[in-house]
Amino acid sequence: MTAREQILSDIRKGLNRAAGQPLRFEVAPLAAPTLRIPRSDRNLYVDLFVQKFETLGGKSFRVRDTSAVVPAIAELLKQKSAVASNSPFLRKCGVTGLPQVHAGFTERDELKQACAAVDIGITSVDYALAATGTFVMLSSHNEARLISLLPPAHIAIFPRSLILANLDELLSILPRPADQTSSMVLITGPSRTADIEQILVRGVHGPGEIYAVIVDAE
Amino acid sequence: MKVPEADIQQALNDPRLQLAIYTATGRLIDHRAGVVSAEALPDYQALRNEANAIKKHTIENLDYYLEQLESNVIAHGGNVIFCRNGEEAADFVLDLAKKRDLHMLVKSKSMTSEEIHFNERLEKHHLEAVETDLGEYILQLAHQRPYHIVAPALHLTRYDVADVFTKELGVENEVVIEKQTKIARGVLRRKFLEAGIGVSGANFLIADSGAIVVVENEGNARLSTSAPKIHIAIAGIEKVIPRAQDLAVFLNLLGRSATGQPLTVYTSLLSGPRRGDEIDGPDEFYLLLLDNGRTKLLADPEKRQSLYCIRCGACLNHCPVYRKIGGHNYPWVYSGPIGAIITPQFHGVNQDTWLPFASSLCGACAEVCPVKIEIPKLLLKLREEVVVAQRKNDSDGMERFAFQLFAWVATHPRIYLLLASLGSIFFPLVPHIGPLKKWASQRTVPEPAKQSFHQYWASRSIGRAGWSNRNDGA
Repeated sequence: MTAREQILSDIRKGLNRAAGQPLRFEVAPLAAPTLRIPRSDRNLYVDLFVQKFETLGGKSFRVRDTSAVVPAIAELLKQKSAVASNSPFLRKCGVTGLPQVHAGFTERDELKQACAAVDIGITSVDYALAATGTFVMLSSHNEARLISLLPPAHIAIFPRSLILANLDELLSILPRPADQTSSMVLITGPSRTADIEQILVRGVHGPGEIYAVIVDAE
Repeated sequence: MKVPEADIQQALNDPRLQLAIYTATGRLIDHRAGVVSAEALPDYQALRNEANAIKKHTIENLDYYLEQLESNVIAHGGNVIFCRNGEEAADFVLDLAKKRDLHMLVKSKSMTSEEIHFNERLEKHHLEAVETDLGEYILQLAHQRPYHIVAPALHLTRYDVADVFTKELGVENEVVIEKQTKIARGVLRRKFLEAGIGVSGANFLIADSGAIVVVENEGNARLSTSAPKIHIAIAGIEKVIPRAQDLAVFLNLLGRSATGQPLTVYTSLLSGPRRGDEIDGPDEFYLLLLDNGRTKLLADPEKRQSLYCIRCGACLNHCPVYRKIGGHNYPWVYSGPIGAIITPQFHGVNQDTWLPFASSLCGACAEVCPVKIEIPKLLLKLREEVVVAQRKNDSDGMERFAFQLFAWVATHPRIYLLLASLGSIFFPLVPHIGPLKKWASQRTVPEPAKQSFHQYWASRSIGRAGWSNRNDGA
């Protein structure tokens, strides 16, 4: 008997089930998922996001439109090097054209080397969650995994329309995220640890500094 | 195995250790309390009920959901390997590393891998496994096992860490926690970039998506699962949940119960290798589904709820026994109340017979358990099993005789009265009588009342007659 056959057979023995038997609801019913989405004014989400994000140690900037993005992050980028993702929104904001920003990577090893060498990773987001101050990022051609992970600082630039209420609303929009991507990550604050004496330290393996640039009009 | 009395005594007599455990668990208790209160999370109790119902349903239909999970992982280009035990899991990894000619792998925190002594098994065959969670990395250097499910190095202070780093990494003595963290980051960063394989655990397996979910704070799990070309996830078969949407329940409970975070810093939902035009991510994905004794827990409809555990560690933090004796005095990697109920079930009730008894049954564990496992009830059930098993060996006839004697005395009032009055005279001697010395060494022996209840009752002015008179008058 293979390990697979044996484990499945042991499970069925323990549960008194037969192979191929459909779900047994009479023992333990399964209700439809309960998603708790607050019905509040969407305009309030941006303030809530900013409040939660900054409590976690993030820093946020709100700008009027895409043309105001580059001036807003100029101070952060001064004397620094950065890698930007292929997100069309970053191009629209003019971030990819900046001299200290490397962009347009399509090859994994090149991207990895670049991300390991620069000070800042710049991305957009797929969604943001107001209730927890979270970035939601789906891995794709536009957003690589490592840009928000390897450099010591991460800047996410995104329109305010992408801010959702909470995790429950995200899961109502993406009931099966794996259908779209091999990796969906929720980023809630800077990388941290409390492994030594339960004392908080930021920036262990991921970025210790994170910034949100929220664009009011797209 | 017997109660590790000497080790427990040593832990109790170590003020530095006692302070470390008390402070760390105390902080975790406070952080949790702040985010599960009625103001912070009005639906907390409803979420617990939902989590319990989902886990119950999934475990009752475990074979169904595992097969669904398997076919969906395969549909996303991943591979699923069922492993009966740690040896099969390690052999698979060793084999793969050999085929790909790889000699080092990075690992994120996984209790399941600790359970099967994963690293030791690989190292025996010269495959280096590097722990990358800060706490686990410190423990790997110090050659220790985790002290706590969530905070593995909870018992070590910055000075202990400084000693470990100086000895094992050859760095200058460094006692500033931020700088210690930087040292670890530097060493481990190189490992991440070199490693050909990344190994992770999984907090949840999602049947309808063929995905795994990994929660963490440091970013080491993201690095382990994204930087190397091969990602291997190891998870117990009980980790499966039916739907991605069920995460709305479980993620709202896990971080809060574990560290008091509404969401941990990183929550990754991963499914198969990178796809189509995704720029980075692994080329190969393997999910190792481990039994290692779990199927044995299914037979008893009540005890199978032990498999609902999501490893948040809240029951450890709130346990008056764990908070005194610490994690290393439990016989297995799973310590605290959850360890006390799963260890005897995995290893057999004859193994560590004392374990289900090492509880005051105060019920704090059940009160904080996010999936509502009835830990005290299961402890009692296991105690019963231990007693029944021991009765077969008839090793504890003394105790049985004592209780039979007590039952006889208690049902003969005159003898009871006589012994009670003698008892009040001789009671102060209790702490000095042979076998009772030990009992008294951990307790304040109560003083007998100056007057027994019987004496008091007889001396009352109204007495028995008074009561009946009053009743007649009413």
